[in-house]
Amino acid sequence: MELSGGEILIRCLKDEGVDYLFGYPGGAVLHIYDALYQQEDVNHILVRHEQAATHAADGYARATGKPGVVLVTSGPGATNAVTGIATAFMDSIPMVVITGQVPSANIGSDAFQEVDSVGITRPCVKHNFLVKDINKLAETVKKAFYVATTGRPGPVVIDVPKDITDPAIKIPYNYPDKVTMRSYQPTMKGHTGQIKRAIELLLTAKKPMIYTGGGVVLGNASDELRTFVRQLGYPVTTTLMGLGSFPASDPQFLGMLGMHGTYEANMAMHGCDVLIAIGARFDDRVTGKIAEFCPDAEIIHIDIDPSSISKTIVVDVPIVGDVATVLQEMNHLLKTSKKQPQKKAVEAWWQTINSWRAKNCMTYDHHSDKIKPQAAIELLHEITNGDAYVTSDVGQHQMWAAQYYGFEKPNRWINSGGLGTMGFGLPAAMGVQLAFPDETVVCVTGEGSIQMCIQELSTCLQYGLPIKIIALNNRYLGMVRQWQEFFYENRYSHSYMESLPDFVKLTESYGHVGMRVERPEDLKPMMEKAFAMKDRLVFMDIVTDQAENVYPMIMAGKAHNEMHMSPNCELPQSPERELS
Amino acid sequence: MRHIISILIENEAGALSRVAGLFSARGYNIESLTVAPTEDPSLSRMTIVTTGTERIVEQIIKQLNKLIDVVKLLELTDGPHIEREMMLIKVKASTMAQREDVKRLADIFRGNIIDVSPTIFTIELTGSGDKLDSFIDSLAEHKILETVRSGASGIARGDKCLHV
Ligand SMILES: Cc1cc2nc3c(=O)[nH]c(=O)nc-3n(C[C@H](O)[C@H](O)[C@H](O)COP(=O)(O)OP(=O)(O)OC[C@H]3O[C@@H](n4cnc5c(N)ncnc54)[C@H](O)[C@@H]3O)c2cc1C
Ligand SMILES: Cc1ncc(C[n+]2csc(CCOP(=O)(O)OP(=O)(O)O)c2C)c(N)n1
Ligand SMILES: [Mg+2]
Repeated sequence: MELSGGEILIRCLKDEGVDYLFGYPGGAVLHIYDALYQQEDVNHILVRHEQAATHAADGYARATGKPGVVLVTSGPGATNAVTGIATAFMDSIPMVVITGQVPSANIGSDAFQEVDSVGITRPCVKHNFLVKDINKLAETVKKAFYVATTGRPGPVVIDVPKDITDPAIKIPYNYPDKVTMRSYQPTMKGHTGQIKRAIELLLTAKKPMIYTGGGVVLGNASDELRTFVRQLGYPVTTTLMGLGSFPASDPQFLGMLGMHGTYEANMAMHGCDVLIAIGARFDDRVTGKIAEFCPDAEIIHIDIDPSSISKTIVVDVPIVGDVATVLQEMNHLLKTSKKQPQKKAVEAWWQTINSWRAKNCMTYDHHSDKIKPQAAIELLHEITNGDAYVTSDVGQHQMWAAQYYGFEKPNRWINSGGLGTMGFGLPAAMGVQLAFPDETVVCVTGEGSIQMCIQELSTCLQYGLPIKIIALNNRYLGMVRQWQEFFYENRYSHSYMESLPDFVKLTESYGHVGMRVERPEDLKPMMEKAFAMKDRLVFMDIVTDQAENVYPMIMAGKAHNEMHMSPNCELPQSPERELS
Repeated sequence: MRHIISILIENEAGALSRVAGLFSARGYNIESLTVAPTEDPSLSRMTIVTTGTERIVEQIIKQLNKLIDVVKLLELTDGPHIEREMMLIKVKASTMAQREDVKRLADIFRGNIIDVSPTIFTIELTGSGDKLDSFIDSLAEHKILETVRSGASGIARGDKCLHV
């Protein structure tokens, strides 16, 4: 079978099992779009901005575990995609992005719509390729999927000059089943000796702590994690990226840790004597002050990427490997081990933890005459039975969604953690809804963030995506305002948005349903009404308490035991240092 | 601490910029970097001289290994190794006394005079970076017109080899 380059590309996607391709056409990719037109296997989703194509593919990938695929044109198409590529890169999301390029002969001549896509994306991709020879095209696509989805996942860009996809040039098509690369062989299995050492250390712990992250979601290791945690009976916390990988309602779960983590999770981090980090990367939002991070702990770290280990915090027992594989081995060792956890000591540790827990750090004002954002999220949980796919944008609303939704399953909490990209939520929700047309998909957003990709309401209409948009409208760039309140003596420099659109009319003009909620008593009936409209996109513009802040909070440069608490909670509000 | 890292890397367009970009993006020091294809034209050999604490150098090595194009890596400073750098240097040599003295110094350092004009000697010198520095110091009385240094290339001593 002889195919042109454009046909080969699409055929490769089909053979790779790609069902959705998120893209936007332009000159350099017209041959590819023509090939797309003549087939029915790969569904193309036409977004309204290339940034949204990358976020949609990213959301699809986070929800399904399969790589998201994007097609954009050269020049501005590629530069528009960069934010989404960087977003996926920071959170290790598998993605393949095909960018058109000017014809090979014109590269370097400042041709129309030419940018050095390989150069621009280099620092924010796992790898990228420039295709120089049509005979290498299929193999390059295979390599791109292989690199994107194995090891520590990440986005891969394939830059395809226009002449490579010329319909007049046809070659035999052959998509390799497998590819091996001498320069790339990720380690899956952990070192057995290190795993044994880790188990021994874990069983000596008097105040153990399990700190897990996005790697558990990425490595599809929730089952293994649950077995591990239950076998040991130790407390567990997750990062923002790990939410859902361990059920939030489980008594062993202490909630999220870090800057906006719970009192009990952060205090347990500070006080622990053995810490095991599983698929987490010791991000600065998590560690707080490095010098006082887990001061008494010996640390074990499982990560598939050696460069994540001892990058910011030096660890005692490094284990390079895939979380699921390593945890399976650990679970087996624990099951067959003669030694048991230090029962008495661990019981005492749980008592201490439960006394921290009893302080109820997440409480908020339940008697306000304004809509509390926390209450809106709790209600969302109730109405969706805690079973929705929740995407979010970036800001206070993101933290409240993370803190108050209570995720029971992995792949359901979809947010931009590492890059913190406003504008992520709505397009990501499109990717999720396409992957799971029958599931409830919610986008929790702010009136600031939603305006960064609002144009995608049009895409949602075209493809009939019944996303529920929960906009916590505080008339502020709330997270910025919060920092200005705390660190800049209430000088709210440009964190206030005047002239907000009428979101109800705006949504209606895009062909969807809009609602505005202003009073607490209206929230429940209206939200129920919104979620009852199964086949419509509903935008709920919820007017929330403008002055609300995200608590607890560890201020920059402070340690885990120096949290700033909510005024509603019985702990001292100012960061009084607690001795553990 | 000074470290010498040897890399075998796919001889692909852009491979060098991945390495250079890594150092600039992460703020690592780079003292010198040399690169050329090996006897196997699909591979290039790179020698990078960098400085940093043990922890930083450990990260540098991990980050380099993480680059998809990097096939193999060896930290030469971990064991016995040989390091060589080549320098071409142009020195003013117009008077008889100057010409004799420059020639004498070049001989002492086992340099070769590879080009001669009525007023200039061009000398080629190979050795460790220190040796090249000392040669430059020894020319203090003379006028150096130009120097070109290759940056260090390194290889492990004995049986240890960096190959695929
Ligand atoms: C406004 C805002 C506030 C934030 N506040 C907080 C906060 O309070 N608390 C918090 O936790 N975060 C917070 N974040 C998020 C933070 O910036 C980081 O994104 C997050 O902490 C990183 O999570 P992680 O350590 O789980 O790493 P991820 O970025 O999820 O990285 C996953 C790690 O797992 C490894 N891995 C991947 N696959 C595998 C596998 N198969 N096997 C083994 N290892 C694997 C990777 O190599 C990597 O090291 C905030 C972000 C924003 C935008
Ligand atoms: C693209 C982008 N620009 C700027 C920021 C910085 N930033 C972080 S949160 C935030 C405010 C978000 O406002 P809104 O969406 O209304 O959410 P809120 O915090 O009010 O809930 C800003 C500007 C960002 N994260 N992303
Ligand atoms: Mg806001």
